Amino acid sequence: MHKLLSDKIGEEIMLLGNEAIARGAIEAGVAFATTYPGTPSSELSLNLFQISKETDLYFEYSTNEKVAMEVAAAAANSGLRTMCIMKHVGLNVAADPLMTLAYIGVKGGMVILTADDPSMFSSQNEQDNRYYAKLAGLPMLEPSSVSEAKEMTIAAFELSEALQEPVILRTTTRINHSSAFVKTGEIKTRNTKGFFKKDQMSYVTVPAVSRKLHVKLLANLKKAAEMSESSIHNFVVSANSSTCNANKLGIICNGVSYLYASDAVKDLGIEDRTKILRIGFSNPMPANLIKSFAKDCQKILVIEEGEPFMEEAVKAFAQEASIFVPISGKNGEEVAPPCISSSSEQTEGCLLPSEQEPLFSRLYEFDPAMVRRKIASFFGIEDTYTHLKPVDTKGIPDIPQRPPNLCSGCSHRATFYEVKKASQGMDVIFPSDIGCYTLGFLPPLSMGDFVICMGGSVSTSCGFSKATDHKVVSFIGDSTFFHSGITGLVNAVFNNHNFTLVILDNGITAMTGHQPNPGVDMTQMNFEGYKPISIEKLVRAIGVEHITVIKPFKVRKSIEAIKEALAFKGVSVIISQEPCTLFAKSIKILKPRPFHITAKCVDHRDCINQIACPSFYIENGRVKIDADTCVGCAVCAQICPDNAILPLKQ
Amino acid sequence: MDTKRLIIVAVGGQGNLLASKVLGEAALLSGVSVRMSEIHGMAQRGGVVESAIVFGDAQSSIISDGEADMLVGFEPAETLRAMNRCNVNTKVITSLSPVPPFTAAIGRGVYPEIENIVSLIRERTPSLVAFDAMKLAKEAGNPMTLNIVLVGALVQSNVLPLTRETVEEAITLRTKKGFVDMNIKAFNLGFDAAQGVAL
Repeated sequence: MHKLLSDKIGEEIMLLGNEAIARGAIEAGVAFATTYPGTPSSELSLNLFQISKETDLYFEYSTNEKVAMEVAAAAANSGLRTMCIMKHVGLNVAADPLMTLAYIGVKGGMVILTADDPSMFSSQNEQDNRYYAKLAGLPMLEPSSVSEAKEMTIAAFELSEALQEPVILRTTTRINHSSAFVKTGEIKTRNTKGFFKKDQMSYVTVPAVSRKLHVKLLANLKKAAEMSESSIHNFVVSANSSTCNANKLGIICNGVSYLYASDAVKDLGIEDRTKILRIGFSNPMPANLIKSFAKDCQKILVIEEGEPFMEEAVKAFAQEASIFVPISGKNGEEVAPPCISSSSEQTEGCLLPSEQEPLFSRLYEFDPAMVRRKIASFFGIEDTYTHLKPVDTKGIPDIPQRPPNLCSGCSHRATFYEVKKASQGMDVIFPSDIGCYTLGFLPPLSMGDFVICMGGSVSTSCGFSKATDHKVVSFIGDSTFFHSGITGLVNAVFNNHNFTLVILDNGITAMTGHQPNPGVDMTQMNFEGYKPISIEKLVRAIGVEHITVIKPFKVRKSIEAIKEALAFKGVSVIISQEPCTLFAKSIKILKPRPFHITAKCVDHRDCINQIACPSFYIENGRVKIDADTCVGCAVCAQICPDNAILPLKQ
Repeated sequence: MDTKRLIIVAVGGQGNLLASKVLGEAALLSGVSVRMSEIHGMAQRGGVVESAIVFGDAQSSIISDGEADMLVGFEPAETLRAMNRCNVNTKVITSLSPVPPFTAAIGRGVYPEIENIVSLIRERTPSLVAFDAMKLAKEAGNPMTLNIVLVGALVQSNVLPLTRETVEEAITLRTKKGFVDMNIKAFNLGFDAAQGVAL
């Protein structure tokens, strides 16, 4: 049985934040869940996917976030408890249905999980999705800890049903990817049979209907504001209630910042003088609660990662209530936190005299010491907690970096090398896309000149090919092509653009941890009842006139085929088919057959200088292959000018 | 109880997430509150994996620069890279078997000499335990037990509020059945090695 299905109540289990949210959804009786995978939310979906194998929970990996949101919207309006899961940028894709779903509302509870990524550990931007709640007029909950994430997920379903609106549950990476012990609660019985009661005047959003629905949404938002005032998720922590509550140092915070602020107040020994307002129900903000909190503070510091979402609201509420104490949070001096700045002077940070400490930045995530320093500085308290000064790192030589790299035997490396060879001497722009293959921009391959968002490779190719005289060759993975590359390709064919699109089809959504996509043969994962879609047939049906399928581990043949595709005037598509090595190994369809470098090697180093597979290393000045990681793709063996790379006899 | 902060740094695939899981389980068995945070998005693509584990009363699950009570490095250059997480009193344990990054292999950067790494660490954090954990992992029966060898050394240091017995119990509970005996052997080899080389 899946560990999140345990029916023991009160058991303490160590869970990742994402697992805690999945458990919360299970306890709440979630019946229907959809997603497009994206870090840092991926494990949440993965757990629900696994659970759906064992239970009557319906779960699907949808083609993209917009599709996931629409599939979920129908389920929720058929009365089912529904969850829709995505990373922060995924909500951009799903924003179109979100805005009008808010007008329609839901019948069964619907929770939309958006996982923000301050510091961009695995994302292309660090947008603050709290603004989506404001934009859509939807209630939003934000947990501070792993155990609270579970409880809040359950509360989010209840809130959604109480208001008949979807609820946005917003996490950040440090919630999704932290672990703690979580106490199990009772699992509510799932209701998996929905019923849609027709009511065109509530569901068909023509202008006449929507004008009424908008009134309803604003009424719901007002109701939500009242609920936010008395929500258990918005609470005040004040150490000593017997002493006068007036003239306190006020801190308003959300999410993980609440943890850092709590630790800081304790470490600085100012618990008696401080009170903290933790906002967990953050849209709508609890205006009256904030006004009554603020009126007896001598100064207020707002601590929130990302944008000044709460700070601006708090300032507006204070103005309404004629409260004139200093309120600050972000003061516009964007200073990168030490862990991210590349300079070696970083350790000076904690030696700054307090008056020089700038306040919070919109950039990156916070950390406990940073929050402590800024609290001390803002309230004019001596930071006595300075014994933990980082050691001096000056004098430590540069250590070679470990940037993430395409894996040993990754087929993308082979394709990039072949496209590079085939286009030698041409002046090419290489738009790329979101996936493992984004890493192809690293040297020595250096394939990738422009990356914006999912599907962007195809449509930006349209623009580059019209706006410049360059040859344009773009790269997109199979999952990303299904996600949002298809529409760009339709555009290219219709508008008669001129570029070559390389679809890197490794048969899985690899970057986020091997999730299915519409091209995947699900029987490999022991799933029945799916119909995989052929990329080749799809591309042909769109009307692309030049289509080439290559097997990238056949180097010479592939280069010839690519050259031909590049010479075609118009839209040409190359489909490079080879299973993801990691995935193939994990489902045991690939048995590694390592190669080695023989005595014939005369140290040309083409292998290292041109493809740089991580299985190569240098020992005593000569190139070697690590037999433990080499899978035997044989690409290096085919490019070695001396044929010095041969299979290792086993 | 006092808060104790541990940082584990490793290269993707070295098993520091399992090591964290074992320590978390041991904390539960000991009635010690614990929170962990990990950055592992690109682990399978050869990146660095860092776990922060906070034992005791603090609420934060991440650890700021200079605030680790203990740093355990599964790879010597990664231990050195994480020096900014240490203060002068931080206890450091490192394996000495290198896993050179591919950037060094293709000539972008030079992997430091092991002796040099050790002295650069010791100059900053005198309380250093450094040994070849890979050798001991192989002795235990599998290079994959390197993580548990280092857990053994970590428990020997006595910085964390965990006893040898509870961690052994946690290993029995949390590692794969077929590997328990090998892991217990690895744990003991690491424990004894730290005893032998501790200053």
